[in-house]
Amino acid sequence: MSNLSLKYVVDNQDFTRAGEASSDVKKKLKMMGVPPEAVRKVAIAMYEGEINMVIHANGGEITVDITPTQIIMILKDNGPGIADIEQAMQAGWSTASENIRALGFGAGMGLPNMKKYSDEMDIDTVLGVGTTVTMKVNICVSHKI
Amino acid sequence: MTIADVKRLLKAEILCGEEYISKDVHTACGSDMMSDVLAFVKDQSVLLTGLCNPQVIRTAEMMDIICICFIRGKRPEESIIELAEERGLVVMASDMRMFEACGILYTNGLSGGAKVE
Ligand SMILES: Nc1ncnc2c1ncn2[C@@H]1O[C@H](COP(=O)(O)OP(=O)(O)OP(=O)(O)O)[C@@H](O)[C@H]1O
Ligand SMILES: [Mg+2]
Repeated sequence: MSNLSLKYVVDNQDFTRAGEASSDVKKKLKMMGVPPEAVRKVAIAMYEGEINMVIHANGGEITVDITPTQIIMILKDNGPGIADIEQAMQAGWSTASENIRALGFGAGMGLPNMKKYSDEMDIDTVLGVGTTVTMKVNICVSHKI
Repeated sequence: MTIADVKRLLKAEILCGEEYISKDVHTACGSDMMSDVLAFVKDQSVLLTGLCNPQVIRTAEMMDIICICFIRGKRPEESIIELAEERGLVVMASDMRMFEACGILYTNGLSGGAKVE
């Protein structure tokens, strides 16, 4: 199978649409016959990241590259940036407002969960400029697509 | 038990996915926080929630949850039901409270929800 690259614009004005990109990626990976464990890891990690882009940043862009051995997600936003990555990575640490909690998010579990479900994760952030989160999920070689 | 049993036990009304109610379910979870569902749930097939927005459907989709029951008399908007319909999910609504709904399903054989690792 040849490499495939998908691009999505994530709108921050509309919370109801958050997750559309992750939903589309999940659908496509399933159709391509990617093993279910890898699909699930990508779906959960990307959805958490997409929600973060909507609730903490000003939306942004997601690129997903699918290779025969790996799925690479790059989530780039122009939000406020993260002041202390180590703190942000701690389970339970959140700056989410009461409004966001009323929508069912803001437990401070997203970033640790993204780390758990991706095989590699890297956060590149500059205060006042934005954040780029790169996550990689390996496709088990024995069930290569 | 099947999804039809869940409906009966929770005295719920099916809002979409009637055609799938004979599917088997073994585990359930209950939460109003999608953050917690995403972080702690593992292989649960039923979600009980009092939160009523489209992200409930998307969270279920990502977690491979096949049946959502809105509790405490919450009724989702048509657009939320449509989203679930497109994904082949069963959506139902019950007037029960969270504790009661979970207790009834648990006593009748559905096993545990949110699991801390
Ligand atoms: N893209 C981002 N831009 C700016 N800040 C971010 C971004 N992603 C995360 N953060 C910061 O890191 C904190 C922790 O993020 P994390 O996803 O773990 O939790 P949360 O989004 O607050 O809650 P949850 O993910 O459980 O719904 C956030 O509260 C926010 O302050
Ligand atoms: Mg988050």
